[in-house]
Amino acid sequence: MTALPGTDTAQAVRLEDVHKSYGRVEVLNGIDLSVEPHEVICLIGASGSGKSTLLKCVNLLEPIDEGRIVVEGEEITARGVDVNRIRRHIGIVFQAFNLFPHMTVLRNITLAPREVLALSRKQAEDEARELLERFGLLDKGQEYPDRLSGGQQQRVAIVRALAMRPDIMLLDEVTSALDPELIAEVLNVIRELAQSGMTMIIATHEMGFARDIAKRVCFLDRGVILEQGPPDQIFSAPAEHRTRQFLQRIIEAGRL
Amino acid sequence: MFGDRRGVVISSVSTVVFLTIIVAVVLTAPGTPVIRERFFDWGHLKGAFPSVARGFLLNVRIMLIAEAFILVFALLLAVVRGLPGPVFFPFRVMVIGYIDLFRGIPLILVLYLIGFGIPALYLKGLSTHDVVTYGIVSLVLVYSAYVAEVYRAGIESVHESQIAAARSLGLSRWKALRFVVLPQAIRRVIPPLLNDFIGLQKDTALVSVIGPIEAAREAQNYGAQTFNFAGYVVAAFLFVLCTIPLARFVDYLIARDRRRRLAGATR
Repeated sequence: MTALPGTDTAQAVRLEDVHKSYGRVEVLNGIDLSVEPHEVICLIGASGSGKSTLLKCVNLLEPIDEGRIVVEGEEITARGVDVNRIRRHIGIVFQAFNLFPHMTVLRNITLAPREVLALSRKQAEDEARELLERFGLLDKGQEYPDRLSGGQQQRVAIVRALAMRPDIMLLDEVTSALDPELIAEVLNVIRELAQSGMTMIIATHEMGFARDIAKRVCFLDRGVILEQGPPDQIFSAPAEHRTRQFLQRIIEAGRL
Repeated sequence: MFGDRRGVVISSVSTVVFLTIIVAVVLTAPGTPVIRERFFDWGHLKGAFPSVARGFLLNVRIMLIAEAFILVFALLLAVVRGLPGPVFFPFRVMVIGYIDLFRGIPLILVLYLIGFGIPALYLKGLSTHDVVTYGIVSLVLVYSAYVAEVYRAGIESVHESQIAAARSLGLSRWKALRFVVLPQAIRRVIPPLLNDFIGLQKDTALVSVIGPIEAAREAQNYGAQTFNFAGYVVAAFLFVLCTIPLARFVDYLIARDRRRRLAGATR
């Protein structure tokens, strides 16, 4: 992307005072957040605290009401911005996988590279196979999504997003719909991505994973980032009362 | 279909007894000889068959041509009806108006209006077609309104998250519709679409009111010459012969769809 003059290109993503409401319900209530290139950020917080909405706003799936979002120096929330061009650089993976059920795994992955990036069929499929191999799914290329386990489906969804060669990946509670024994295989994929230097914003309920992988953890509460810092600080010595309350509930639920 | 061998035996016996009673009642009923002579006389059935069958070929032709246009035109209507945003408001209103109108007018009136009305306008290029064309146009106008609604139901049954996934990959609204929404939507509405085509196939007989000599009209002609209704029986038989396989095919598709959904749900 070409940088606008006078904007800071050092940051991968920057949210400035972002507000978003659904009707009269205010979901994001002034979010400020900067993400450095190659940084992995985990968003934690109770359901309804705005994690998912924040990610959807960064991907422009939800329009914001106030504030601005800058990606690689370009204000993507400005008027007249081509949303399709922006989304090419920002991959998003959903809680419910959202694979296309009428297409094979390979077609799921190659659809957007062929139709949006205008890759040849051969090139798109070669790249897809490379990604499938990297994540242990090479033999699943000709399967339909409903023949795969949840963990495999979610890994395919991650591969599908990666096939667009994004600069930034947004992961929206990608393990929340999975059976416990399938979570690890998906988390391993994300770990590998983090090690390869992918910039990621991850909304998650997996606190152990967040502690392990995040460079920075942000605690969202009622639409604002109440507290942020390195995982050790957030999980061991949270400053805010509500962060402590939230973590206490998580510990009681046996999730940390 | 049946639980076990006992079920098969019971259903067989029940069927035989039931059919025997029906046949006995029909054969011993007082009007039977007249009915057989007027409707089912073998000589008349054979006599009417060639002309009625020839006429039926026209029904098949009308139905196939109309069907091709309906599939395309109705899809266009459904897609336009689903266009979002204030810019397309007048288009949406037009389509809704069209659908309301043509679902409301009886087909026979549309046939009269098009088949007799348009030639009476003496307009160059518009009023000089043959009656079969006017018949096809009428069928397309009416049936597209129905089929558009079937398509729309299919489009709306595709979950929004599918569109979100497609758009998040950078696909435009149009490409998301074309590659993700429509293939799933159309697959889901194939049984109701085929149902509408069973209706269409029958309604090709109505086209005869504006002139084309198809199966029903040939049957009428035969009846007028011989005072025998065997021609109608032959025509009815030919229509049923075509709709039954279609109907069984719809059943098969619905059953297959249900099996698939159940298989999906257990995973």
